[in-house]
Amino acid sequence: MLHVSPNAATTGIAKGEVLLSVENVSLRFGGVKAISDVSFDIRKGEVRAIIGPNGAGKTSMLNCINGFYFPQEGHITYKGVRRQKVRPHEAASSGIARTFQNVALFKGMTTLDNIMTGRTLKMHTGLFWQLLRHGPAMREEIEHRRKVEDIIDFLEIQAIRKIPVGKLPYGLQKRVELGRALAVNQTFGTTIALIEHDMGVVMDLSDRVVVLEYGRKIADGTPDVVKADQKVIDAYLGVAH
Amino acid sequence: MSAVTSSAPKPLLSPAVMATLKVLGVFGAIALAIVLLDLPDLLVQTLWEGLVAGVLYALIALGFVLIFKASGVFNFAQGIMVVFSALTLVGSYEIMTQRMGLPPGTVVAILAVIVAVATMFVLAWLVERIVLRPLVNQNDIIMLMATVGLTYFLIGFGEYVFGGNPKVMITSQLGLPVGSTQFNILGGRVNIQHLDVAAAVIASVMIAGLAFFFQYTRIGRALRAVADSHKAALSVGISLNQIWVIVWFTAGVVALVTGIMWGARSDVSFALEIIALKALSVLILGGFTSVPGAIVGGLIIGIGEKMGEGYWGPLFGGGIETWLAYVIALGFLLFRPQGLFGEKIIERI
Repeated sequence: MLHVSPNAATTGIAKGEVLLSVENVSLRFGGVKAISDVSFDIRKGEVRAIIGPNGAGKTSMLNCINGFYFPQEGHITYKGVRRQKVRPHEAASSGIARTFQNVALFKGMTTLDNIMTGRTLKMHTGLFWQLLRHGPAMREEIEHRRKVEDIIDFLEIQAIRKIPVGKLPYGLQKRVELGRALAVNQTFGTTIALIEHDMGVVMDLSDRVVVLEYGRKIADGTPDVVKADQKVIDAYLGVAH
Repeated sequence: MSAVTSSAPKPLLSPAVMATLKVLGVFGAIALAIVLLDLPDLLVQTLWEGLVAGVLYALIALGFVLIFKASGVFNFAQGIMVVFSALTLVGSYEIMTQRMGLPPGTVVAILAVIVAVATMFVLAWLVERIVLRPLVNQNDIIMLMATVGLTYFLIGFGEYVFGGNPKVMITSQLGLPVGSTQFNILGGRVNIQHLDVAAAVIASVMIAGLAFFFQYTRIGRALRAVADSHKAALSVGISLNQIWVIVWFTAGVVALVTGIMWGARSDVSFALEIIALKALSVLILGGFTSVPGAIVGGLIIGIGEKMGEGYWGPLFGGGIETWLAYVIALGFLLFRPQGLFGEKIIERI
C-alpha cells in the first residue's frame, strides 16, 4: 500500500486533480521485462487499487514510485513535476510513504519508536540539543510525539505502544506499519495506492482500479467497469486456448 | 506452507561426553578456587589488569558492531583505524610543535585531538563516497575485501604522512594521569596504574554516552532503524548515505579514544593492529550484532587472558596471552555459534 499525499495546503493540488501520473514506464531486470509501457494516474484523495495475478508487476510499480527502482523508460510526474532519478528518502520527504507486502518494521524497537521514525524527516534540531534532551530538541520531540499519539489513537493500538514490534502478531504489525506510513505525512485523509488480492476489499474500497498482467496494463477504470472486462476475467480465471 | 527451521548446528559432542565435561568442570572450578584464593592480592591485581584490557577490547569491538549493524559491512579496517587515529593525533602534535614551532603543552594537544577527530570525519565521508556507495548491495565478501583494501591504504597513508617509526603517545600533554599507587591489602600489595583507572573511567563514560545517544536521540533512533531494516528505513525517508557517514565517524571517534588508551600503555605503531584484531574473538564471543555483547565479551576476553597468562602462562613457558583469546573464542563457537547475545539465525526454507 502506498500513501501519496502531503498536506493539501502545501501541494496546491485540489482534491480530484491528478497528483501522480505514470507515463509509459518500462522496467527491465536484465532480459526480464517486469513492466512494459504502463501508464495510469492517481488523483488526489482517491483510493487507487493496483491489482493483477502473481508476477504482474504490481510491487515493481510501487518500487518505481517510491524510488527503490529506476524505470529504464518513461516518467513519473508527481505534483506536476516530472521526476528524474528519485531516491527513496527523497520520495519520502516529498510525501510518499509506503508499507510492504512482507511487513518491514524495526523489530527490535517499540511500536512508539517505530512510528516516531516516520517523523524523522520533519525533525531538525541539532545533535547538541538532542544529547542534552533539553530546549528545542525536547520541544520538537514533544510536538511530534503528540502527532504520533494521535495516529496511535486513530489505529487503536494504545495497548501495544511500549512493546517491541517483533513480539506482536502479524495483524498488529501491519497496523503499526500503517501507522508509520501515516506518520510520514500525518494526515488521515490521504491518497492511497492499494495492492490487495481480496477482490471484495478492492471492489468495496477503491475509487478506481488499474489491472496489470505480465507487466502490461490490461484494464483501468471504476471497479464495476473493471469487473466486467473480459480481459480481466480471463487473466484471473484463465482462458481456454 | 513453509517450514521454519533453526540453522544453528547441534552441539558437536554427545550427551555422555558433555556430562563428563560438566563433572570435570565442577572439580576444575573447585581446584581453581583453591589456587586463586591462595594469593588474594595476586588475584585482585590480575582481575584489575584483565578488566582494563577488557574495557579496551570492548571499545574496539564496539566499533566493529556499530558498523556491522548499520551497514552490514564487516569492517576489517577497524583495528587499523585505532592505530591510524592515534598516529594522526601524535603525528599532528609533532608537526605542530616541531615544524610549526608551537609551544608543546595541553593547548596544542587539544588542537591535535581536533585534527584527529576531523580526520576521522573526512575518512568516514570518503569511505561512504568512494567505497560503500559504489559497492552497495554487493556480496558481503566484496565489502569485506574492500575494507581489507582500506586497511592497507590506511597503513600506507599513515606511514607516508607520519613516518613508520613507533611514536610515544602524548599522554601527559592530554592531561591523562601517569604514575601508580600501591595498596597494601589482603596480606599483599596491589599496584594500580593511574592511567588504567582513567582508561576504565573514560571507556565506561564513552559506552554509556553511546548507549544514551542510541536510545534517546532522533539520530540514534534512525541508526537503530537502519540496523533493523534498510528497506523500511529508506521508506520513511532515512538517508542510508548519511547514516553510514555518521556511523563510520562514530566508529572513528571510538577508535581514537581506544588508540589513545592503548598507545599510552605501549607505543603508537602499526604493531597495535595485532591487539586490535583480538577484538575478533570478542565479537565471536559477544555476537556481531550486539552492543552489550561487545562489552561483556571484551571483559571476558580481557580477564580470561590475563588470568590465563598469570596462572597458567608459566606452564606453557609464558606468552599465552597472544593466543588464549582465540582459544576462548573457539570454545564458544563450539557451543554457541551466534555468540552470547547474537541473534540466532533462523532461516525460512
